[in-house]
Amino acid sequence: MMTSSQKRAEYRALFKQNVPGRLIVDKIMLGVILACVVTALVPLFSILVEVFKNGLPALSAEFLTQTPGAIGSGDGGIGPAIQGTLIIIGMASLIGVPIGVMGGIFLSEFGNNKLGRLVRFFNDVFMEFPSIVIGIFAFLIIVLVLGHFSIWAGAFALSLIMFPIVTRTTEESLKMVPLTYREAGLALGLKQWVVTFRIVLSAAKSGMLTGILLSVARIGGETAPLIMTILGSSQFFAGFNSPMDALPLRIWRLSLLPYDSAQMQGWGAAVVLIIIILAINIGVRYFFARKGKRGGLFSMMRSGIRR
Amino acid sequence: MTTVVGVNSKMPVNTIQDNAVAAEDKTQRDDGGYKMIAENVSVYYDGIQAVKNVTMKFKERSVTALIGPSGCGKTTFLRCLNRMHDMTKNARVDGRILLDGENLYAKDKDPIYHRRKVGMVFQKPNPFPTMSIYDNVAAGLRLNGVRDRKVLDEIVEGSLKMAYLWDEVKDNLKKAAIELSGGQQQRLCIARALAIQPEVLLMDEPASALDPIATQKIEETITELAKEFTVIIVTHNMQQAVRVSDYTAFMYLGDLIEFDETKKIFTQPKNELTAKYVQGQFG
Repeated sequence: MMTSSQKRAEYRALFKQNVPGRLIVDKIMLGVILACVVTALVPLFSILVEVFKNGLPALSAEFLTQTPGAIGSGDGGIGPAIQGTLIIIGMASLIGVPIGVMGGIFLSEFGNNKLGRLVRFFNDVFMEFPSIVIGIFAFLIIVLVLGHFSIWAGAFALSLIMFPIVTRTTEESLKMVPLTYREAGLALGLKQWVVTFRIVLSAAKSGMLTGILLSVARIGGETAPLIMTILGSSQFFAGFNSPMDALPLRIWRLSLLPYDSAQMQGWGAAVVLIIIILAINIGVRYFFARKGKRGGLFSMMRSGIRR
Repeated sequence: MTTVVGVNSKMPVNTIQDNAVAAEDKTQRDDGGYKMIAENVSVYYDGIQAVKNVTMKFKERSVTALIGPSGCGKTTFLRCLNRMHDMTKNARVDGRILLDGENLYAKDKDPIYHRRKVGMVFQKPNPFPTMSIYDNVAAGLRLNGVRDRKVLDEIVEGSLKMAYLWDEVKDNLKKAAIELSGGQQQRLCIARALAIQPEVLLMDEPASALDPIATQKIEETITELAKEFTVIIVTHNMQQAVRVSDYTAFMYLGDLIEFDETKKIFTQPKNELTAKYVQGQFG
């Protein structure tokens, strides 16, 4: 029978084996991780570089504000497409975000039962739906019924893509809020919904915002459902019941044309779309981060604009 | 008022000869100097009994300490007293708990009504993370509909003073609560609980995260509070129980072993287990 101190010495001897070797493995792992990061970043940056290199020359005041010119002429601009994208993102968000947030609250706070699991399952399935299918669905129940393409149909289709994402991210963010905050709220004699909306929601704000912005970026680039719903147009906004243009649609149409000038305009439209999504992201984060915090936009960007 | 129970005995727990318990009729107030009465309270987690048929009475304007080794059901029992188990899906509570003669677990009564009278301080500091110090203390008032700025200021200051935090934060009330140290956060939580002007204060090891000086301050607060409120405190620190409490209950494996005046529990306990525990022979 060994004494316990002998045993402990033996255990220690077990750990200490081959430290230099493990340090090398440590370094190798770090190298692998860095290599993966670089590999992931290369396509991202090459896309950005390519888009900006080809697209920036196309940008001009005329390009941003005019309606498209004659096909192949290289004249005119993408004014209606920019306007349409902003309108349709705004409308889809107005429909999709509240439904998504409420759905997320339901799943997180009241969803620990059969109904909740069912809703969560179908929400996940819905999130993976091909967007063209959603486009066809909106086409069938709105476009065909009303008899014409419209912004309503487009906003409806995009909000269907949006809300499952918002629901899921909201649920995940709310679940991250420790139970003790809810208990503290209830112990103060607060009603359940006050605890949820005033305490839990505000603690989960940052994560929810990320989810909402992700979904905005996602719908901002959707093309397929828009073909089936808002169709595309070369005119500025003419009412919610009319067809409308949007940047992804315009990019798609321009890129199919065999003229260099059209392709260049397509690149230009792509740059504008990227800048719009980026601006929405930074703008919204800045707005929420600024409350109660000092510092300019750039110092916030350096720290990742988070709260 | 003494309850003595053998650990494994099946005999009726309640040996108290007192007319107060007999009041089945809710309209009849049965205070008898008791603010809160727990009758035959059992708690089950997934069908496993964690608190076994506990009957206790809490005198108005007194401090009662719940002591016992880890896992003995002290916290579980404490959480019954403001229906915190409603949150836990797999928990079931049997028995009656009377606050001013009204049953907390009456089916037609929402727990909100009682929770406004029964404040709670949790084991780990849990200030609301996105709120400032001021907003944390004012949260219970504001979200319950108090809007008058002057009243809020007054209550916030008073509560922070009672929790011995005012001097450290008075120039910085807008600071985020999570920037405070752990001990300060806990005192903030005490202030938050006091701000809703509870009649009963439940404290679940409130000093376990505090240094000796802050602990002493909190203990002074508790003694001060006991002049107006009924305080029920769970503690692992037996010296603390001796210092702050008027009554002490010793629990073991879900049973209430002994409940008596603190002096008696610590000097002449009736039960052998209690004697061993307070002398530090097991736990």
